[in-house]
Amino acid sequence: MTDADADAETDTGTATTAATVTTDAAGAKSYLNAGFGVTSWLLTRDHKRIGILFLVTLTLFFFVGGLFAVLMRIELLTPPGEIFQSETYNKLFTMHGVIMIFFFLIPSIPTVLGNFLIPIMIGARDLAFPRLNLLSWYVFVAGGLFTLAAVVAGGVDTGWTFYTPYSSVYANSRVVLAGVGVFISGFSSILTGLNFLTTIHTMRAPGLTWFRLPLFVWSIYATSIIMVLGTPVITITLVLLLLERTLQIGFFNPSLGGDPVLFQHLFWFYSHPAVYIMILPGMGVISELIAAFTRKRVVGYPFIAFSSIAIAVLGFLVWGHHMFVAGQSVYAGMVFSLLSFLVAVPSGIKVFNWTATLYKGSVSFQTPMLYAFGFIGLFTIGGLTGLFLAAMGLDIHVHDTYFVVAHFHYIMVGGMVMAFLGGIHFWWPKITGKLYPEGWGRLSALIIFVGFNLTFFPQFILGYLGMPRRYHAYPEELQILNVLSTAGASILGVGYVIPLIYLFWSMRYGRTAGANPWAAQGLEWQVPSPPPVDNFETRPTVTDEAYAYPMRGDPAVQEGMRKTTEMPP
Amino acid sequence: MAGAVDGLFWFLAALSAALSVLIFGLLIAFAIRYRRRAPGERAGVARIPLGLELAWTFIPLGIVLAIFGWGAELFIRQLTPPPGAMTVYALGRQWMWEVQHLGGRREINELHVPTGRPVRLIMTSEDVIHSFFVPAFRVKRDVLPGRYTTLWFDAVRAGEYHLFCAEYCGTKHSAMIGRIVALPPEAFGTWLARDEGDAGQPLATAGERLFGALSCTTCHGRDDTRGPSLNGLFGRAVRLRDGSVTTADEGYLRESILQPAAKVSAGFRDEMPPYQGRLSELQVLQLIAYIQTLGAAAPP
Repeated sequence: MTDADADAETDTGTATTAATVTTDAAGAKSYLNAGFGVTSWLLTRDHKRIGILFLVTLTLFFFVGGLFAVLMRIELLTPPGEIFQSETYNKLFTMHGVIMIFFFLIPSIPTVLGNFLIPIMIGARDLAFPRLNLLSWYVFVAGGLFTLAAVVAGGVDTGWTFYTPYSSVYANSRVVLAGVGVFISGFSSILTGLNFLTTIHTMRAPGLTWFRLPLFVWSIYATSIIMVLGTPVITITLVLLLLERTLQIGFFNPSLGGDPVLFQHLFWFYSHPAVYIMILPGMGVISELIAAFTRKRVVGYPFIAFSSIAIAVLGFLVWGHHMFVAGQSVYAGMVFSLLSFLVAVPSGIKVFNWTATLYKGSVSFQTPMLYAFGFIGLFTIGGLTGLFLAAMGLDIHVHDTYFVVAHFHYIMVGGMVMAFLGGIHFWWPKITGKLYPEGWGRLSALIIFVGFNLTFFPQFILGYLGMPRRYHAYPEELQILNVLSTAGASILGVGYVIPLIYLFWSMRYGRTAGANPWAAQGLEWQVPSPPPVDNFETRPTVTDEAYAYPMRGDPAVQEGMRKTTEMPP
Repeated sequence: MAGAVDGLFWFLAALSAALSVLIFGLLIAFAIRYRRRAPGERAGVARIPLGLELAWTFIPLGIVLAIFGWGAELFIRQLTPPPGAMTVYALGRQWMWEVQHLGGRREINELHVPTGRPVRLIMTSEDVIHSFFVPAFRVKRDVLPGRYTTLWFDAVRAGEYHLFCAEYCGTKHSAMIGRIVALPPEAFGTWLARDEGDAGQPLATAGERLFGALSCTTCHGRDDTRGPSLNGLFGRAVRLRDGSVTTADEGYLRESILQPAAKVSAGFRDEMPPYQGRLSELQVLQLIAYIQTLGAAAPP
């Protein structure tokens, strides 16, 4: 036991109820039983517990952000906008966007599943910097509290994009509080990204070469690059915005000698790559699900791995496609348009390879796989409609309409949230040691899929018909499509609440999962569920590629798990 | 132009539908054909040839490059007004559109245009960023404070069309709407000549009066004296002091009135006082309209 281990023991020493601690066969305490007091959670440095802290926090933010969405959809049932004041409506969509983007989508998979799984998947005891990991959660919570304080103190009405000079001069709402909240939360992203990069580089188990890594690890690696390189840009941009707003230092306001479009360049320089922070980890989860539920190695492993890196790199060079009509030069626009089209290629590679993986697979339809199917379908539609927006001449028409709203919800909600839920269901038995009720799982996946499409598909048509986004009132001829969308949203809402209930229920009443309920490959399925504090009794050595499932008629591959051997002392 | 935009839209819609059917069809077919029949079942060995990987990398690449070209070509056409377009000025402010015709008529949240003649809008904002959006014509352009942006369209059929502000601009963003009224040319001529209490002087006339009142003539006279002569300036290439060349369009004139030091003509000193903050956007438009009337002939 190292010094760090001894540290951890004394820190979690509030577990005076040690007598009741259950142990697995090997005699190691599970991470859930390693301590029961509040401080054993709030001062933990265990990556698994920090993952749980993030899960609880993010779930809270997801439902707060979702509540704002519900209120918006209710308002949009009728054309004139008669339930809320315009000002209130504007605050609703702003807070929906700020909370969902910065406090749910960006951190979601990396901080929850990434935290929980990366060390286990690479055969490590913890992340490289456990204290930084805990700090990341505290910083995140601090940022979240500032943002929630902005809501309580009256709200923000700038849109999540904070465009100047509206945000810096004209808005009469809590821009500073919300801006400080987002500013602070950015440091959480940077800390987490840094931690993952270091961990993946330096702490892989013996034999676990880069091309033996699970694809989820590749996607988190690519995401972390964006987090570390991109987040400082939004951080400094918010500082400039707050300086202009509080001290009237001219950066973006033309009457102070600033340039309003400069803000858009800086904002999207981060916020477009941030889209890939949101979707890349989802793609990683889907690769894991497809492999586990077809019992096959994912087709085109190196293509999928490098397409993640390609998306991360290209993602930094396409920000100007948000500004085709904003007064940016035509030639700049053409470069951004071309590069945006190039992103379609690695995204397509992933979809084609996932589809091809099913060929001759052993396909099961358990809940996580249903989410994976949902992801591929909705991501495909979201990606294809991205082509409409990248085509400059067509973007002129659909820019800033509901077409854009539908497009990014297909990627963010249809893609990312589906992947998040799929991942949560897949690894839930590992995280909690319990099985959720499979019937309810499949039902809610179906409800979410139907509700999602009914909510957002009509919005493509609304956008083509010219309904601008962020409109509190709209022309009467657009009511039918809006009513459909609201109906879908109510179904979607039910779909999201059901898993919340049965997952909670399963923690107490669910059947015991066992180490590997899916008969899946991967180091995380070789440790007990829930995993012991130190993850592995002895450091594993990896001798096989990822997803080494035994194949029909292939005697070369032995029955059973990925082969591991104990490392010599 | 609306037809050309729709052409690309429906092409992409068809392409998306075809690709979706292909992908979903394969997913469903594989999922059914290869469904797990026994709990311990193993997957079969399936080799995907490298050629297939390369095909689904490079064929999509070719397709997206073609769409890029189509979209870019369309974009450039949408930015370039045909010759003979009618110029109209539009001011955005929280939360209304103010439209100024050259002849002096002024409209709020309405824009009357003739059918069959391209209309070119020169737009600026007095406060935050707005965006001029006419869905029926498939046109949209952000309207920024501190600079001019332009947009053109051609109303083919007479009728009324929605005008929206498409860039979120504050509390009453969704009320910053109006209509485009496209009239047959004769009816439009009648409308333009009518005075419904909103007609001021023609812009150029007001501009000429302002030009005199501000004593611009002291320096900008018949010939290059202290300042460059403005005769025949509009639309011409101007050589600047730093050796670069720029075109004397509305944006250049606006900047040179408000912040003359930004671009000083070759052969002149930077001694004109800036008019930033001393002129309203409308007054700047009047001056620009007047300067455009200064042909090669001497100013009257």
